[in-house]
Amino acid sequence: MTRTIHLSLDINGKRHELDVEPRVTLLDALRESLALTGTKKGCDQGQCGACTCHVDGKRVLSCLTLAAQVEGRQITTIEGIAAENGDLHPVQAAFIENDAFQCGYCTPGQIMSAVACIREGHAGSEEEIREYMSGNLCRCGAYNSIVAAVREAASAVTTGIEAKDKVEVA
Amino acid sequence: MRDFSYFRAASTEEASRAMLDAGAMLLAGGTTLLDLAKCGVSEPDTLVDITHLAGLGDIAVDANGATIGALAKMGEVADHPGVKAAFPAVAQSLSLAASAQLRNMATIGGNLLQRTRCSYFREPGVFPACNKRNPGSGCSAIGGVTRNHAVLGTSRACIAVNPGDLAVALVAFDAYVEMGRRRVAIEDLYMLPGETPDWETVLKNGEIITGIGIPASVAAKNSTYLKVRDRQSYEFAAASAAVGIEFEADGKTVRDIRVALGGVATKPWRARAVEQSLIGTVLDVEAVEKASRLSMEGAVSHGGNSYKIELAPRVVARAILTMGGLA
Ligand SMILES: Cc1cc2nc3c(=O)[nH]c(=O)nc-3n(C[C@H](O)[C@H](O)[C@H](O)COP(=O)(O)OP(=O)(O)OC[C@H]3O[C@@H](n4cnc5c(N)ncnc54)[C@H](O)[C@@H]3O)c2cc1C
Ligand code: SF4
Ligand code: FES
Ligand code: FES
Repeated sequence: MTRTIHLSLDINGKRHELDVEPRVTLLDALRESLALTGTKKGCDQGQCGACTCHVDGKRVLSCLTLAAQVEGRQITTIEGIAAENGDLHPVQAAFIENDAFQCGYCTPGQIMSAVACIREGHAGSEEEIREYMSGNLCRCGAYNSIVAAVREAASAVTTGIEAKDKVEVA
Repeated sequence: MRDFSYFRAASTEEASRAMLDAGAMLLAGGTTLLDLAKCGVSEPDTLVDITHLAGLGDIAVDANGATIGALAKMGEVADHPGVKAAFPAVAQSLSLAASAQLRNMATIGGNLLQRTRCSYFREPGVFPACNKRNPGSGCSAIGGVTRNHAVLGTSRACIAVNPGDLAVALVAFDAYVEMGRRRVAIEDLYMLPGETPDWETVLKNGEIITGIGIPASVAAKNSTYLKVRDRQSYEFAAASAAVGIEFEADGKTVRDIRVALGGVATKPWRARAVEQSLIGTVLDVEAVEKASRLSMEGAVSHGGNSYKIELAPRVVARAILTMGGLA
């Protein structure tokens, strides 16, 4: 028996209408129904962080979130963090600057997690970054560069060079 | 994942009514439920989403203690200044659990009802025998790889660990859980596996946890949660200890001490024998190490998990010595 439900999802400041089965996760809705494939599926079981998105400004795992659960919430994906004119988010820029990836598969999740980690005030030291970024695994082992990128982006944001985060609610 | 229908409850009453249907399950953060649905362990017909209910997410701390709504998120409780000040072990048990993302999703009520991480339990396709999943089918873990299995509270039917961290801290400080007007001590919430490991708590079918309460105490205020694991973060406990101590006016004689263990038992494990042997004494390294070994009274090894019998008392001792200023 296939049931579908109608959902309106607010993603990166835009309203999307879709019909999906109730069991569809936010991750699958993004990738399969809305062609927003920046968000990656690693484990699909909450164990790797590749699918990290923001819901109402907080980082969550889209593989363990039903699309139906986030109706009425503000969803932000990796596609929604650069400025409208194409300027990269400071965290994206810091990842490039610090070579913070190899294959790049974990990178969207790392960046979404890092944006939130900095906003939460959990990027004060290398140790703190390692702890609060531990929910994002990198099978290429780019951890040292990822920590360096988060540190650099955190100081850029706190010194106010570029803290603009246009699409997110507080 | 099998198909199911989705129902967003507008009130606790509506959720209770929806739960009368066989096959209905409550959906909170979904971090246990959706995971297990994908594994084929949970097969709900209907998910009753309670995350939109108002008034169940409040956290309040006063001189009598803390009351925390069932829908409060793990991360919110971990970061709450009042909880951190009056119940450090509780806040630490949460901030050392899972990951930042999961802590933003998972609720306190769901956390208390998380299921075991026994890898045989989680793979029904490969390991059909599991008494917890399928009563009477046997236990694939016994005689298998048991590195992550329990040494305390086991039975011949099941040796699965209760993996939660929060419940360990709660059991140390005599917390209780509320289902509307019904109140149950956390210690009495969980049942030993015995012959019926599928029956895990005293909750009645469809009963909704509305919140928890933790009474204030000096021991809870002077407490810590020590968690030892295979990697430094984002991992369940190999062994953990919640410890709180109240000293007499002399500042060194133990008036009250609370000790509970995680990662080693089939339910959150209060180690009263350790507590009893230290009350009225002045802490010293040797006595604490000796007392901590009492936490393993009745422990049974299944091979791969025998290291826990060595490890857990050391974790307990280190936590006590830390709180006593001796580590
Ligand atoms: C990769 C990973 C790592 C983890 N690491 C840790 C760790 O280190 N330490 C730790 O303690 N936990 C850990 N967890 C477990 C996590 O903490 C739990 O999954 C989470 O707390 C469950 O809460 P939830 O709100 O998501 O529950 P859900 O998945 O929504 O629900 C869990 C169960 O409780 C029932 N339920 C939910 N709310 C209520 C209620 N109010 N009343 C009655 N029944 C209810 C549901 O029907 C379901 O059966 C980890 C999980 C994952 C996926
Ligand atoms: S230990 Fe318990 S949960 Fe694991 S396979 Fe045996 S019966 Fe199932
Ligand atoms: S895909 Fe969601 S945590 Fe791995
Ligand atoms: S860059 Fe390859 S997994 Fe992280």
